[in-house]
Amino acid sequence: MAGIPHDHYEPTTGAEKWLHRRLPIVALLYDTLMIPTPKNLNWMWIWGIVLTFCLALQIITGVVLAMHYTPEVSMAFASIEHIMRDVNGGHMLRYLHMNGGSLFFFAVYAHIFRGLYYGSYKEPREVTWIIGVLIFVLMMGTAFMGYVLPWGQMSFWGATVITGLFGAIPFIGDAIQTWLLGGPAVDNATLNRFFSLHYLLPFMIAALVVVHIWAFHTTGNSNPTGVEVRRSSKEVAEKDTLPFWPFYVIKDVFALVVILAVFFAVVGFMPNYLGHPDNYIEANPLVTPAHIVPEWYFLPFYAILRAFTGEVWVVQIASFLTAGIIDAKFFGVLAMFGSIGVLALVPWLDISKVRSGRYRPMFKWWFALLVLDFVFLMWLGAQPAEGIYATMSLIGTGYWFGYFLIILPLLGVYEKPLPQPETIEADFEAHKPKANGTAGAADAAPAE
Amino acid sequence: MSHADDHEGTRRDFLYYATGGAGVVATGAAVWPLVNQMNPSLDVQALSSIRVDVAEVEPGTQLTVKWRGKPVFIRRRTADEIAAAEDVALNDLPDNNARNANTSDIADGADANRFLAPPAEDGPTGEWLVMMGVCTHLGCVPLGNSAGEFGGWFCPCHGSHYDTSGRIRKGPAPENLAVPPARFDDETTIVLG
Repeated sequence: MAGIPHDHYEPTTGAEKWLHRRLPIVALLYDTLMIPTPKNLNWMWIWGIVLTFCLALQIITGVVLAMHYTPEVSMAFASIEHIMRDVNGGHMLRYLHMNGGSLFFFAVYAHIFRGLYYGSYKEPREVTWIIGVLIFVLMMGTAFMGYVLPWGQMSFWGATVITGLFGAIPFIGDAIQTWLLGGPAVDNATLNRFFSLHYLLPFMIAALVVVHIWAFHTTGNSNPTGVEVRRSSKEVAEKDTLPFWPFYVIKDVFALVVILAVFFAVVGFMPNYLGHPDNYIEANPLVTPAHIVPEWYFLPFYAILRAFTGEVWVVQIASFLTAGIIDAKFFGVLAMFGSIGVLALVPWLDISKVRSGRYRPMFKWWFALLVLDFVFLMWLGAQPAEGIYATMSLIGTGYWFGYFLIILPLLGVYEKPLPQPETIEADFEAHKPKANGTAGAADAAPAE
Repeated sequence: MSHADDHEGTRRDFLYYATGGAGVVATGAAVWPLVNQMNPSLDVQALSSIRVDVAEVEPGTQLTVKWRGKPVFIRRRTADEIAAAEDVALNDLPDNNARNANTSDIADGADANRFLAPPAEDGPTGEWLVMMGVCTHLGCVPLGNSAGEFGGWFCPCHGSHYDTSGRIRKGPAPENLAVPPARFDDETTIVLG
């Protein structure tokens, strides 16, 4: 494998040699597991494992739930209740799957913002980053379609609103919407295809995860200093790194245990806390719930979608310039997809040579504001789209785009970064607690 | 084979392009059925027209039927409601277009362009109002029975008020409630679609 020099697998026994000549699969697993990993990774580098766990959890619980679920409009809702009441342990499997989706998104947002702060997207990790954004988009599609399957009121009306977004595309929107739905409105054809795709997409995500890992195993992990691992020789590289097994496996599993303790508390004691009561009412095309709200993990993007009305001047300019082809509704759709699009472009929008936010005194504050903005938008997405909330949504949306399109490029020019450590080893030695239990030494200022 | 001094297409080049072109066409032909299968199936298309018996609908009441997966309001309006709809000045309408599939695209929003022609030529005009029960804002189903500030319909999702002719008067919705293709087949039967 390209990248950081390290020990490779050598078959020793006869059987190993026999297999290795025919299929070097043990070598592949060994080199993947023993990959040299920067030894200064902090607790924000645990989310990859949490995400891998979530994907496995969702696929396993999903496959068994599909054994009891019926994707037909007159039976779907009843089959969910069948799972909840009749299937052995069915309620637990469904609650794991439901809340597993929430854990998945919680972890992916932590993972994304980790990458944004430490500049994990910068050269040479742009491909890793873009594949990550693709995985995120597929996750959103999978979660959206999965939410439709119980065929509750929120399922139905959420599907109506979201597929309606495609109807906002000029000229061909109606044809695309009809094609997506398989009819003039959300109905049995829609439910069937969403079930099929909800089953398919996780496997595409799994394939992209392999490519994601392949990409960052080629470049090496990023790390909190943003300084690259030295690779002049294996001995030098070993001063900056530790093998993934056992060091990081132990650390990541510990983090996973802590997170799963919280997760199972939610699943066990408040499994419906993150859901909507309306979704326990069977879908009815003739009655709309008073307040259509997506799941919490879509709220920031929902707020961006709704932020643009006909009174906003950028919408009026866009509408004027395109002779009315881009109206407020389509503008909102473009803004929503654009808010994810800027994520994909961030490797080229952030022109600063310094990777880690640690050494970027101005960037730090703008980044903190971006995190607050994300939470702010999430809150706004759950509020009614009127009055003061509409104005606040515009401000929140403006900052989201402003951060990526204006602030990051400008910071690259105007910011004076702090000095970075020479090597990962130097940073590690400066931060590590003193050995052999001199109590309190961990907090003392590093002497060397 | 082609050389630097020989830019004419050779027989081999031609075969490459012909093979490539045939490959593209074959791929397209193979993919199209996979795309087209997602379009509405025949049984879904067969439901694009329905007949509704309105014999039981009294003045001042509304029948809601499902047509093409969406609700359709069939209201038999009272004389007061008709008068209220006719009294509205056209420049008070945010959307001065009939939005009626049975009239021309440029017909204005007058009540006369909105209601369904009566079943009998000598019958009372303007009684029957047939329209989609789909708010033109984000697709919610508005509440009927003289709801809202204008005595017509009110959408609870984001507060759009429609008058007794189903025209948007206040709130975020951009258009009047759409009137679907409809006609009286006989005195008591409305055909939708």
